[in-house]
Amino acid sequence: MQTIVEKSPKTPPPNKSRSRLWVEAAIVAGLAIAVLVLLPGLLNLTGQSFRVGLLGRFMALAIAALGIDLIWGYTGILSLGHGLFFALGGYALAMYLQLQIPAGQLPEFITLYGGTELPLLWKPFYSLPFTIFAVMVIPALLAAVLGYLVFRNRIRGVYFSILTQAALIVFFNFFNGQQKLINGTNGLKTDTATLFGQVVSSAPVQGTFYFLTVVFLVAAYALCRWLTSGRFGKLLVAIRDDEPRVRFSGYNPTAFKVLVFAVSAALAGISGALYTVQSGIITPNAMDIGFSIEMVIWVAVGGRATLVGAILGALVVNFAKSLLSEQFSAVWQFFQGALFLLVVTALPDGIVGWLMTQGRDLLRSLFGRSQIMTYPSLETDPEVQYERETLGNRESDG
Amino acid sequence: MSGKLLEIENLTVSFDGFKALNNLNFSMDAGELRVVIGPNGAGKTTFLDVITGKVQPTVGNVRFKGRDLRKMPEFAIAQFGVGRKFQTPRVYLNLSVRDNMELAYNKQKGLWTTLWGKPKTGDKDAIAQLLVTVGLLSKANSPAALLSHGEKQRLEIGMLVAQSPDLLLVDEPVAGLTDEETEKVGDLLLALSAHHSILVIEHDMEFVRQIARKITVLHEGTVLCEGTMDEVQSDPRVIEVYLGHQEDDED
Repeated sequence: MQTIVEKSPKTPPPNKSRSRLWVEAAIVAGLAIAVLVLLPGLLNLTGQSFRVGLLGRFMALAIAALGIDLIWGYTGILSLGHGLFFALGGYALAMYLQLQIPAGQLPEFITLYGGTELPLLWKPFYSLPFTIFAVMVIPALLAAVLGYLVFRNRIRGVYFSILTQAALIVFFNFFNGQQKLINGTNGLKTDTATLFGQVVSSAPVQGTFYFLTVVFLVAAYALCRWLTSGRFGKLLVAIRDDEPRVRFSGYNPTAFKVLVFAVSAALAGISGALYTVQSGIITPNAMDIGFSIEMVIWVAVGGRATLVGAILGALVVNFAKSLLSEQFSAVWQFFQGALFLLVVTALPDGIVGWLMTQGRDLLRSLFGRSQIMTYPSLETDPEVQYERETLGNRESDG
Repeated sequence: MSGKLLEIENLTVSFDGFKALNNLNFSMDAGELRVVIGPNGAGKTTFLDVITGKVQPTVGNVRFKGRDLRKMPEFAIAQFGVGRKFQTPRVYLNLSVRDNMELAYNKQKGLWTTLWGKPKTGDKDAIAQLLVTVGLLSKANSPAALLSHGEKQRLEIGMLVAQSPDLLLVDEPVAGLTDEETEKVGDLLLALSAHHSILVIEHDMEFVRQIARKITVLHEGTVLCEGTMDEVQSDPRVIEVYLGHQEDDED
């Protein structure tokens, strides 16, 4: 073994990984254009134009799924309270839209409950830049504070999950009870509001939001891709694998966990805002416990720790849900449960995880390109491979 | 370097009244290879826990390079120059061997530098060199999960060295290894001791004989005696509490 080992290591040429990155960028751009141009056209032609709206909404949800994947799939922290951040993003944008009324008027529900002036909380939401800022930064700040307190005290695993649920319930009850402030359980409607002189539910505005959703989804993917690819991403996996080891290696895991939690909350906020304007309303039901758990299911179905899997999972599960609820409106929830059970038992790595391992082998064998595995441990032994690769240029060693 | 690297004075750690360490005094010079032995429950692992900041001392001081470690969190102590290898190999199973090393080797461990920092040109060669030292270069790109137990032990030692600490704390590095692997790890530690201060905790007396120059015997949370292998072995107190027990077990 020593003789093999003493050779200098082969490092892959940097050009190769860079060109791979360009291929990936081209694929993402191609997919984005397809989703922007081809799919809506196709669906409109076949008389399924309402599905364009669904696709837009589900892509918005996929942004939240990316956030869940970052915090759960990569870092191993199971948050069951992302509906909170989702709702905060949704409410922020809904408040801005509610204020798109002639000067001096109040949002309808406030006058309905006898309010005569705009609550202070609403005032900043006259400004579009502030609203956009708030959609991302308020969830991120809340997550950072919550995360700091929890992670600093080394609360982990199921205890963290329970805490996120508790936070979710607190906010759910608070939003439900604030009738005068944010219309309580009825939520805020956005579809009848006007934006730049157009009704939000009209086709051009919805088209714009569809476009924005695709842009944000691509941007979120790029962000997550960047975060998970370098040293930072490896450290996230390291925290998932063995957090005390990370600490004894000289890293402070708390800082990393807080940042990832905040980023994933910001993604959920963007997701909530884009989802709200495309579905026409945000209510405290976005903080329903079931919805937050559903987000985790999307990622589990698509494949943990694979970004494509998170997006795919969100789209597949939601489309399956909408198709099944059309066909079997009474029992579709059983299908969702069955899907989750199937994934947990048969595809523990999710769809993409399966595709990358067993699925690939299955496809190969289907197309008759299976490799004959004589002795697996020998075939995969890196020392044997290393010998094979380097035997040719042995003479240079002298 | 001269002077004491590690100084521990009157150290007591009690868990709900139970004194895992009791008025322990210990010091170590820079460049020394020290082996700490002791029967089960002597407080060996707690001893390491205190140095690395995992456990706070109830009474007493731990000074490393002249600085009090009491108020420092684990990661700060690690950055300050104390590296620790755990009893069971703790490596990042889902990362490749090279990535494991890279994370440990990285000198700037802050949040932003980890996020924005790029590996320097010399780093790759240095990491490859370390992989050669621990004999894992050919497996550099395999996930650590595929390594054997002995290889994981060596990887973790490699990660420890990559961290370039001033003091390496090694907790039972040969537990569960074959004789051949034990010898490899022993050679590795001896090679490392040329440039590092190392504190090894061990049970395996064969192994201790292979590497030890100076031995400290712990018993019931306090230092029983210190000396060379021969001195320690001939000390009647040691024979009674430690070696003697072993002979009793064999009877």
